[in-house]
Amino acid sequence: MSNNKTTQLESIISSHQAELLDGWIANLTSRLVRRDKSSESELRHQASQFLPLLASTLKKSTTVNTSASDWEDIRHSLAEISQSRARQGFSPIETANFVFSLKSPLFSYLRTALADSPLELSEEIATTSTLFDDLGLYTIEVYQKAREQIIQRQQQELLELSTPVVQLWKNVLALPLIGTLDSARTQVVMENLLQKIVDTGALIAIIDITGVPTVDTLVAQHLLKTIAAARLMGADCIISGIRPQIAQTIVHLGVNLEDVITKATLADAFVVALQRTGSTISYSDNER
Amino acid sequence: MERIPILRMGRLLLVTIQVDMHDRLAMTLQDDLTNRIVTDRATGVLIDISALDIVDSFIGRMISNTAAMAKILDARTVLVGMQPAVAITLVELGLTLEGVSTALNVELGIKLLEKGNR
Repeated sequence: MSNNKTTQLESIISSHQAELLDGWIANLTSRLVRRDKSSESELRHQASQFLPLLASTLKKSTTVNTSASDWEDIRHSLAEISQSRARQGFSPIETANFVFSLKSPLFSYLRTALADSPLELSEEIATTSTLFDDLGLYTIEVYQKAREQIIQRQQQELLELSTPVVQLWKNVLALPLIGTLDSARTQVVMENLLQKIVDTGALIAIIDITGVPTVDTLVAQHLLKTIAAARLMGADCIISGIRPQIAQTIVHLGVNLEDVITKATLADAFVVALQRTGSTISYSDNER
Repeated sequence: MERIPILRMGRLLLVTIQVDMHDRLAMTLQDDLTNRIVTDRATGVLIDISALDIVDSFIGRMISNTAAMAKILDARTVLVGMQPAVAITLVELGLTLEGVSTALNVELGIKLLEKGNR
């Protein structure tokens, strides 16, 4: 890495820029799995910007250590390319190939330029190889980070999407839960429910667990916590949508739901809620 | 000396806690409240904590105890106006205030007490 014999590399890039670019693009597109017009033109654009940048960096830099401050521009440009590829759903190999594909055209020019001095040639190739490996690894690292960010954002979105609180009637709220309840989600559910209780002045909240795949002791504890918090705010809770298997599991696990009103379906729970709030439903004969 | 006012509404007593509680204040409140329940022949007590952003285990226990005292004197206690954040904190602390009735606001609390007395 301390080797600073990059004069050859720089001069080759500067003098054969157009040819290198063609060789690079040809190499890139042959390795690319998905191929369409827009990505190819984008590729050409990115590559044609990257090459002069690399040449100028090599010119002013005394080292090929890519973590040096001279290489800041290159790192920045690679990071941008890597991030955009992560978002577009490219594979890590395709992303890294952007850098690695430049190797073989460069090597062939190096070979012709230093044909007379094999010792210098092998040194140059070793240095160049290390340089491009570093750059390639860097793109992978950025790619990985971009992917992680995407995953985190999606998790957050899922969390917000999956906890709606709906008003069924005056003073009656429903909370249809879908998916497993972990502690982070319980927190969001609780906050949403309590805020809605304040906003609507609800007296009863129906928690429907039809969409909850399994109820273990932890999920049950989270449910009981939510119910306790709602009770502190002055709202009673009814659990509905308990499937037969879940009823069996709850009893086998020894979870105590004695103090909570439980109903098999949301409809049953709604009837109870209406009775409690003093509303009644009547059916008229002439409207069928 | 600092005191928490106790307002009379018919046969109900309304206590609004707006300041930070400490031992002395809690003792005075319990003293005053039990006295007033007896002298005013109150049947219900409303404790309004809507102004409190923080309720710790001390205030939680104080409320439970006060409710228990009122119950011995045959008055029902309703805790009203708890903030959502406070409710979550209390549940996380494991303080669910089992013996105390709750309502969203003073109006609903009065309704609850009247329904119970009928």
